Amino acid sequence: MSKEPNFVDRLWDFFCSLKLAIITLILLAATSVIGTVIEQGTTPEEMAAKSGWSLDTLKFLDKSINAFDMYHSWWFLSLMGLFAVNLICCSIKRFPFVWKTVREPRLVADDGFFRSLSNVEEVVVAKGTIDGVRDQVATLLQGKFAAPVVTEQDDKVYLYAEKGAISRFGVYVTHASILIIFIGAMIGNVWGYKAYVNIVEGSAVDKVWPRGGKEPIPLGFSVRCDNFDVEFYDGTQRPKEFSSDLAVLQNGQEVLKKRIEVNDPLNFGGITFYQSSYGPAGDATFRFKVRLRSSGQTLDLSAREGEHVPLPGGASFAVTNSTENYDKFGPAVQMHVNTPDGRHGNPFVVLKNFPDFDAQRGDEYIFSLVGMEQRYYTGLQVAKDPGVWVVWLGCFLMVAGSLGAFFLSHRRLWVVIQPLSKGVGVKLGGSAHRNQPAFALYFDTLRKDLNDALAGK
Amino acid sequence: MDSSLLFNITTAAYFIAMVVFIAYLTSKNEQIGFGATVISWVGFVANTGAIGLRWREAYAMGFQQAPLSNLYESVVFFAWSILLIYLLFDLKYRYRAIGAFVLPFAFAGMIWAQWKLDATIAPLVPALQSNWLTYHVITCFIGYAAFAVACGVSIMYLVKVGKEEAASGNPVGGILGMFPSVKVLDDLNYKAIMIGFPMLTLGIITGAAWANYAWGTYWSWDPKETWSLIVWFIYAAFLHARFTRGWVGRRAAWLSIFGFAATIFCYLGVNLVLSGLHSYGGG
Ligand code: HEM
Repeated sequence: MSKEPNFVDRLWDFFCSLKLAIITLILLAATSVIGTVIEQGTTPEEMAAKSGWSLDTLKFLDKSINAFDMYHSWWFLSLMGLFAVNLICCSIKRFPFVWKTVREPRLVADDGFFRSLSNVEEVVVAKGTIDGVRDQVATLLQGKFAAPVVTEQDDKVYLYAEKGAISRFGVYVTHASILIIFIGAMIGNVWGYKAYVNIVEGSAVDKVWPRGGKEPIPLGFSVRCDNFDVEFYDGTQRPKEFSSDLAVLQNGQEVLKKRIEVNDPLNFGGITFYQSSYGPAGDATFRFKVRLRSSGQTLDLSAREGEHVPLPGGASFAVTNSTENYDKFGPAVQMHVNTPDGRHGNPFVVLKNFPDFDAQRGDEYIFSLVGMEQRYYTGLQVAKDPGVWVVWLGCFLMVAGSLGAFFLSHRRLWVVIQPLSKGVGVKLGGSAHRNQPAFALYFDTLRKDLNDALAGK
Repeated sequence: MDSSLLFNITTAAYFIAMVVFIAYLTSKNEQIGFGATVISWVGFVANTGAIGLRWREAYAMGFQQAPLSNLYESVVFFAWSILLIYLLFDLKYRYRAIGAFVLPFAFAGMIWAQWKLDATIAPLVPALQSNWLTYHVITCFIGYAAFAVACGVSIMYLVKVGKEEAASGNPVGGILGMFPSVKVLDDLNYKAIMIGFPMLTLGIITGAAWANYAWGTYWSWDPKETWSLIVWFIYAAFLHARFTRGWVGRRAAWLSIFGFAATIFCYLGVNLVLSGLHSYGGG
């Protein structure tokens, strides 16, 4: 009945082959390198300026292989597609055999089959009946291994017991998990988005801007930023933590409030808001107490950065710079006083934590900084990815499947009990589908137990 | 006692163990081999203690972070992981000669860290303050360490199989006689990758989970992520090579060495080499 393989058979074999899988994996690894050398999302011009490489070469790579967005290029996606098809075909071809091995195990082991096993033991029981030996062996297997299936055929008794059959499916679970992750990624690409939005303290937004600057996307609710805080490491400008108090409003009703931090986002209606950046919104306002040295009179004055604020006697002052943290001394401003005819005085620094410090400058006007109010905006990344749970499911299955495939094995035992001229013959054989050395050790103790049990010990 | 003293002891112990393992191969004296294993354990205990002390030192400075926050700390943790996997293999399979091919990786890491890397304890920036960082780094590094052991074993395989073929199948004597048989080496290579592969898988997944949690994308094809995927592809190819005629033995050993080279590039090369091209790679 053998016939020449036709084109369809050959194509099928090609897509089922493990060689194709190895070659595809190596090709995926090799081509992925390109996108790590050429910075993705830039242009040939930017890259040439940065690296000093030939612009012509880079332009050629851009045109020919889409090197500046290679992970979304037709050829890379095709390679992934080939990989997926390979995986599906290979599984379709092999799965029925595995299913049969597990669902319809060989219950009756003949002599030919025993010869194919590498772990075999034969025992002869001089005085005993077939039924008695059967019960002894069945009890032993149930206690030490697993309950056997008993088949009686032609005055012989066959026992079959197995453990860990499920590990046969580990490889298939792992392979299916790759396809599940692909599906999750596609769902995210089609139905999700990545966007950003800046919210000034005290205000609310109801749309966000997708990357690439197209039309804004309406959220269907609004998000208000009530407050933004940033904390620095002592004596430095390195931010330690920043956080925003956000409120979600639906039809004008507040439905959710949460303080978000860099690693702790807000999630509402499948949309997640991540703290990603911040910045000042407009100029800061500074509040001062000003004491006149000559009269002892004090005034409360406030100034925005850069604004000239008049002082009694025709002079004025302005704040030119400020910081949350001046050399471990805390908040500080840099400012100067202008004379009544408009000449700039020397700049000086006023520290909020040291209200009496400025008196040492010896000037008529003694400043102490009472408060500094800077309104901030909070910069949020906004992501919607309905496929992410599918991806996590795939990841979980991948880990579970590969642990199953690597560390469990399908162990099987067969026993034949038959009448002999000198008594009852017992033959025990076993196999494991992986990790044979460990199984050989196990079989060795089982063999001893069997001998002991049949000798009545 | 402070952590830097213990780190010096660790480095010295790995160096001595390495030399004694080589002395064991040339002398074939089992007692010397036992001594090398004991010194490896001493180094491992010192390494463990040093990492623990450094953790406490960081807490005392007010930084609530695991000692996995910069290149120095990651390199000494890498050396620790290599010893962990190696000693587990030694306990289970007892092929002493392997030490001579694995300890050099741990020693190279320690000496580089002690000589060239900045050991100051510095606070983490907010984006890195997360438990995910700890899970991510630990899983990745156990994976890398298993690949280091696989690479050492593969080198032994290639050395031995070449000599054995030249001797047309007769058992080879001399130092190579101290090596496990090529069949065992091939199997150990596979066993090490069997540990490394699921660990790397977990490392990539925890990295993705962390990126998703902190930035809202589980995958963005940045060079580090992509290189970890490249490494993963190579070892996946290795696992399938075993079922394919013509790809076992030599080719599998080369694939394992190649995979470890890619691992090292993923770990160090991405930051040190590609950072010249990418603004975000430095550090
Ligand atoms: C990156 C993607 C892949 C991963 C992570 C993966 C994972 C695995 C794992 C963990 C094993 C068990 C290995 C072992 O027992 O030593 C395995 C076996 C196998 N894989 Fe894959 N695999 C992938 C892709 C593929 C592809 C594309 C094919 C398509 C032909 C394939 C076909 C097979 C076959 C036939 C086996 C042997 C099953 C057996 O009889 O035990 N794999 N795979």
